[in-house]
Amino acid sequence: MIAFLTRRLVATVVLLAVISFVTFTLFHFGPADPAAAACGQECTPERIAEARVALGMDKPFLSQYLTYMSGLFHGRTVGAPGAESLCQWPCFGKSFQTNEDVAAVLERALPYTLSVAVGAIVLWTVVGVTFGTLAALRRNKLTDKLIVGAASVGVSLPIPVTGLLLLLVFVSTLDVLPFTTNAITSPFGPAGFDGWFLNYLLPWVALAVLFSAQYIRVTRSSMLETLGEDFMRTARAKGLSKAAMVVRHGARAGLTPVVTMLGLDIGLLLGGAVLTEQIFSVPGVGFTAVRAAQAGDLPLTMAITLLAAFFIIVANVVVDAVYAVIDPRVRAA
Amino acid sequence: MTTTTDQPLLRIRDLHVAFPTDDGLVHAVNGMDLTLARGETVGIVGESGSGKTVTSQALMGLLKETRAQVTGEILLDGTDLNSLSEDRMRAWRGKKIAMIFQDPLSAMHPFHSVGAQIAEAYRVHNKVSRKAATAVAVDMLGRVGIPDPKRRAAAFPHEFSGGMRQRAMIAMALVCEPELLIADEPTTALDVTVQAQILDLLGELQQETGTAVVLVTHDLGVVAEVCHHVAVMYGGQCVERGSVRELFRDPRHPYTQGLLASMPTLGDDGERLRPIPGFPPSLTALPAGCLFADRCPQTHRVPDGRCHSERPAFLTGDAADHPSRCHQETLATAEEAAR
Repeated sequence: MIAFLTRRLVATVVLLAVISFVTFTLFHFGPADPAAAACGQECTPERIAEARVALGMDKPFLSQYLTYMSGLFHGRTVGAPGAESLCQWPCFGKSFQTNEDVAAVLERALPYTLSVAVGAIVLWTVVGVTFGTLAALRRNKLTDKLIVGAASVGVSLPIPVTGLLLLLVFVSTLDVLPFTTNAITSPFGPAGFDGWFLNYLLPWVALAVLFSAQYIRVTRSSMLETLGEDFMRTARAKGLSKAAMVVRHGARAGLTPVVTMLGLDIGLLLGGAVLTEQIFSVPGVGFTAVRAAQAGDLPLTMAITLLAAFFIIVANVVVDAVYAVIDPRVRAA
Repeated sequence: MTTTTDQPLLRIRDLHVAFPTDDGLVHAVNGMDLTLARGETVGIVGESGSGKTVTSQALMGLLKETRAQVTGEILLDGTDLNSLSEDRMRAWRGKKIAMIFQDPLSAMHPFHSVGAQIAEAYRVHNKVSRKAATAVAVDMLGRVGIPDPKRRAAAFPHEFSGGMRQRAMIAMALVCEPELLIADEPTTALDVTVQAQILDLLGELQQETGTAVVLVTHDLGVVAEVCHHVAVMYGGQCVERGSVRELFRDPRHPYTQGLLASMPTLGDDGERLRPIPGFPPSLTALPAGCLFADRCPQTHRVPDGRCHSERPAFLTGDAADHPSRCHQETLATAEEAAR
């Protein structure tokens, strides 16, 4: 187990280095010109050159990259000579748009993304696993057909469509839910759990419609496969009740693929739910990422890319470790 | 060892099982009869598709709440299992009637330790703590000949060898001391040397516990070795049954004769195998006459083409301890009566 984790840790670091380099390269040779954006309306070649120096873009490509990377491990100074400012560890640079510490921007955005992610994940997992299992147990009966039908609709509804429909119905027409406000970022804040819950309910539902549908499908097919296994027949031959059979024997094996999927989706979602955050105007990581990319804000884009990659890689490692806990056959290998 | 009631432990009467499919009803079992006394072993022999596995599933009540149509009687201790509700049957499964399967690797849950799986089988029918049940499981593992049972109980099925797994499977089935054990091809997936060990073990445990065993197999050698009685199945019917001695010495049904003749023996130097020509009848469209008639080399001995027009029944009376479902039997009995 320790060897496994060490190996994965090394791989994680290497992978992050590669991803950072690729992102940096793409950005550098891409069409965005942050200097032009930074120097404003009345721009002269001289001012552009000044801006380039201030942003550190006058240096050679590799040296820019190395400077950036060194900042991740210890702080560095940023800005034009004479007007430098300190960027503390871990330094992801300063936003080209606002000159704010990128780390601070992320720190502000993360609670929003977490709020959206946590509720959506709980919602779609419960709905997906419950209905997927139910469909498998009622195979080819009406219940199964209704659930599979609903899942087919859900999986073909894009988030922008669901999101806007939800807003239209529950906020504009029925007026039973508030429009998402940026003031609430935690269930422990002054708005309380209820305020937080109601504030993020619509984004959760929008995400959960799509993801539940996928989880229903995976759960159903995996449970069907498991219910047909020989060991289920053995469980029945022991005299176990149907409930004990399904929970202790069926779900234990049948939900393994769901665990994998869930781990990866959590990793994905922590890197920002771009569409959902856009539609509900939640200033989370995904929302920030879109703004940063549009504005050619290299430090912010880099940081968000690394953050998202980090979450996905960690999710992968966690999934593998969990797998070893669930399935003793994996432990041996 | 057991109570001496006249009633046999198990009596199957006119068992029929059919599965509805898109191609019509598949008649897997068509009038199966069997009796088994306490503590004895009966072998159900037949080729693939002869209905022996379906019969054993019907015995366990595993066909309840499926699309299978099961009719007839399965009397265990005088209670008709076929008319029991799923709930009542559940209380019997594992406790009064248990089963071991052909492939112990796939029949055991890959994520639970062997000990836990045996303990679970015990706890279903006995209100004891998890700890007590584990102790029972360890003890049971020892009884089936697994060395260092305490340590091995914590191991997972994939960490066992094939023979050890089957031993564990047997431990799981016998942990509640059932009156009837159904062993569905218990040695088919094992090495020949291990096969013998498992059969010996079954025999020993049977002596100890007095459990009656239904041994489902296609291996006549296994039957000859461990069974008291044999029922030969063909096309979902029992075509001949009797004691092992009688059936092997004097096979009466042409199918049994063919089956015995097709067995290779060490004596036949270079002689070719003698298979029974033809194929078993289609289970969706059973012939009106004898199910074996199309492959039977002896139909010319029965007049009027009765083999193809009328399905033979078992004779009762004198022939009842070694009956054969063949028209030649009926004729012979009729001649004797005429004399």
